Amino acid sequence: MNPAVPHPDGVSIRVRGLRKTLGGQEVLKGIDFDVRRGEIFVIMGPSGCGKTVLLKHLIGLLTPDAGEIWIEGEPIHSDGVLDRHRMAMVFQSGALLNSLTVGENVGLYLSEHRLKPPEEIARVVAEKLALVGLQDAADKMPGELSGGMKKRASIARALVSEPQLILYDEPTSELDPLMAVTVGEEILNLNRRMKVTSVVVTHDRDLAFGIGDRIALMSDGRILALGTPAEVRQTPHPLLREFLTASFQFQPAA
Amino acid sequence: MFDNLGQMLMLLWRTLRELGATWHQRRKVAEQLFEIGNASLLMACILSLFIGGVLALQTGPTLAERGLVSFLGQIVGLSMCRELAPVMMAVLIAGRIGSAMAAEIGSMTVYQEIDALKTMNISPVRYLVLPRLIAISVALPILVLFSVLVGWTGGALVASANYQIALSMEAYFNSLRSGVGLMDLLNGLAKSFVFALVIGIVSCQQGLSTIGGPRGIGRSVTKAVVNSIILILILDYFLTRVLMHLD
Repeated sequence: MNPAVPHPDGVSIRVRGLRKTLGGQEVLKGIDFDVRRGEIFVIMGPSGCGKTVLLKHLIGLLTPDAGEIWIEGEPIHSDGVLDRHRMAMVFQSGALLNSLTVGENVGLYLSEHRLKPPEEIARVVAEKLALVGLQDAADKMPGELSGGMKKRASIARALVSEPQLILYDEPTSELDPLMAVTVGEEILNLNRRMKVTSVVVTHDRDLAFGIGDRIALMSDGRILALGTPAEVRQTPHPLLREFLTASFQFQPAA
Repeated sequence: MFDNLGQMLMLLWRTLRELGATWHQRRKVAEQLFEIGNASLLMACILSLFIGGVLALQTGPTLAERGLVSFLGQIVGLSMCRELAPVMMAVLIAGRIGSAMAAEIGSMTVYQEIDALKTMNISPVRYLVLPRLIAISVALPILVLFSVLVGWTGGALVASANYQIALSMEAYFNSLRSGVGLMDLLNGLAKSFVFALVIGIVSCQQGLSTIGGPRGIGRSVTKAVVNSIILILILDYFLTRVLMHLD
């Protein structure tokens, strides 16, 4: 198969016995789960529970101390796996290169790998920016964008490589509720339209239950529950019940 | 301080292996060259003029007392091209450009831009380190050449203007021509090329290994400058020994 053409249904992921210690602290304590082709798999949990570290393992940015990850049945760290199965990541901060314009950021993958002539890159960039509603932002610098616009530009950059797997790290953090809904809808639309596999890391309950086909609940480096949103809502684990039901209780002064 | 010497050598090796991508990165090399020239040319000019002048001022009267003032051009000429210009320019560039490199790459590391490059299968070494290393390796020898010329001029101005020395410009440059050869100039340029590699690799390596937010960036910048200067001074001794043997 031509690697530039995405798999019709994204890729499958298998994670077994994943362990990682960072700075003397065990962050992942034996993680097991499977992600099916084309689904939106949400990893939800409180801040600092190891979600982002887990996500970085899924795209090869970190190497586990123990355990293994398979992408479409191939170990992730074997030769050429990361090239064969196109993956992209949308970072929490957007991680746009500040020295480049938004358009240059979006087209960076194509220009650096010399995959298309400049005119074609400009066309693809315009198309992807339009897809996320940023058609007028190509010539702006990242510093001129709001948090939500940065996130959407980062999604456009991820789409340029025609990925089979998109990883989203806290896509709605630092966004107002309206923008969070827009980004959530964007993720859902892209998943349905492009049939990519999406893994979303978040502590936003509304986002997780709104877009997730399946949800894994993480706490302290372990997955405590995994299932459809309906199944996860029924989880009896006390920690998770607390996380799922916690809300601000205002006690007015007597 | 030398705990990451191995990482620096690995980074140098990985950068040299990417040399084939230089043409593709030419725009970034040109940008870096402009940045280095723009940031340091005026400072290099002022520094070199006064180094040459001070050297003439310190040695000139003593030489004149002993009737050896005709050697002043030779002394200033040799000192500038074999030692002072390469070392002083390297220190200047370490402070001015090395710190900027470490800060820029360090902030890219902290704010996950490097990770973003990796997820796009773009090598940070090819994209960031290679253009900077090439630019600094070209720019520093040129700056040294410039510094040598300005330093000679500074020496000449002081030699002719100071009443205790009172050596004419013509006599000064005649002395300089008789004592300084092409090999002396090449000696200084060879040193500056090595120093450029040191500054580039130390600064980029510090930037790439930055951890811990803005404070981490500050630490990387300090380490980049301090480590570069220490390595430059240590290497200067050994390079001088080697080049003296080659002479």
